[in-house]
Amino acid sequence: MNLDFSRIYGDIPYITWGILTTLQFTLLSVLFGFMWGTVLALFKTSPFKPLNWFGQVYTSIFRGTPLLLQIGLVYFATPQLLVFNGKPLDITPLQAGVLTFTLNSGAYISETIRAGIQAVDKGQMEAALSLGIPYRLRMVDVILPQAVKNILPALVNETTTLLLNSAQVSTIGVTDILRRASIVGAEKYIYFEPLLFAGLLYYLLAMSLAVGASFLERRLQASG
Amino acid sequence: MVDAIFKIENLCKSFGKLKVLHDISTDIAKGEVVAVIGPSGSGKSTFLRCMNLLEVPTEGKIYFKGVNIADPKSDILKIRQTVGMVFQHFHLFPHMTVLENVTYAPIKIKHVPEHTATQAGLKLLEQVGLLEKQDVYPSKLSGGQKQRVAIARSLAMEPEVILFDEPTSALDPEMVKEVLEVMKSLATSGMTMAIVTHEMAFAREVAHRILFLDAGRLAEEASPEEFFTHPQHARAQQFLEKML
Repeated sequence: MNLDFSRIYGDIPYITWGILTTLQFTLLSVLFGFMWGTVLALFKTSPFKPLNWFGQVYTSIFRGTPLLLQIGLVYFATPQLLVFNGKPLDITPLQAGVLTFTLNSGAYISETIRAGIQAVDKGQMEAALSLGIPYRLRMVDVILPQAVKNILPALVNETTTLLLNSAQVSTIGVTDILRRASIVGAEKYIYFEPLLFAGLLYYLLAMSLAVGASFLERRLQASG
Repeated sequence: MVDAIFKIENLCKSFGKLKVLHDISTDIAKGEVVAVIGPSGSGKSTFLRCMNLLEVPTEGKIYFKGVNIADPKSDILKIRQTVGMVFQHFHLFPHMTVLENVTYAPIKIKHVPEHTATQAGLKLLEQVGLLEKQDVYPSKLSGGQKQRVAIARSLAMEPEVILFDEPTSALDPEMVKEVLEVMKSLATSGMTMAIVTHEMAFAREVAHRILFLDAGRLAEEASPEEFFTHPQHARAQQFLEKML
């Protein structure tokens, strides 16, 4: 085995800068995924049956098909499907990636949030009802803050999964960490070293999330 | 009765096949304090919860100031804003401070200016003896303190009537008194109250009328004096023997 990192010294900054793309991508996807997941969770806990049904079917489709396939569909099929003024919609790899991850993580996050909503003491809903608080405020100000607090650790896990899965967008050409490592590998005909280095970066990112999560959990427990 | 706040006609409630309330009819007048008592499982809480539609009646009518709230077309949110409720397990909002618990609904729903609502909230906290706890979160309070905050929260909406669902049943014995004191002073101030309770001495002292429920029926309705000295119904006699 002849591991020789000196051959990629010059490329380390290039690969490392991929963190920005990966983080930008993860952050956007988590943000939009959380918003969309909240909407889906509200659908699923709604007394209105059609919304309920939509939430269930949507989730089952996005959890029941490969993410890589979803990425491909959104990136390659969108221009074919959506045509504006006779021109196919131009979608950048990053946009397609964020869109796919939003749709996909929305499905996963919605399940977590639904569980969180249902774990909030039934009395909270009754107290809010008895004060005459309308549905939107009841959810936004009373139920969701408590639900999110319950599921915060689970949400951080979700974020970690998303961060690691984000490497899949390198397949449509987003120059994230993995993509950059592959480019370096292809140029120099060495794959082991750049890929190992990329792996190290992902591991460090995932670990800092884990440390952040346990810190958060302790803070929350302290606040009761 | 002209100024009946609640007029309940033939109220029935079933959970699936289980019939919990049978054909209950009664009135509650403005300023009246009504104690609902009876053995556990007799439907007391369900009866009370029908009065702000936390339980939807299966049959019958409940008029609140002339409006049948059991009618799906009634504006139940509006009605609930004037019918307060205090729960056995308090149900304070754990992520809000004591003061926020009290001022949230007036500010957000009645659109009372924050400053006015805060002043009113502080006054209410003073009234229930918890002014110094205004910035504390509910998890730091004792049961009795939580329940007094819950009463203040309900009062902040300036309700015309307050429903109390076993307000002292979840409390340690030494905290029962502080809550009952607050309720007593409310009753004296003329608040209309319907109270499900097991505190017989309190019911006797504070209530104007006793409703005795047994197996989902309104078995006896009498003044406390009559009820506690000469209960008519056999079940009421048995019940009182056990309780007193």
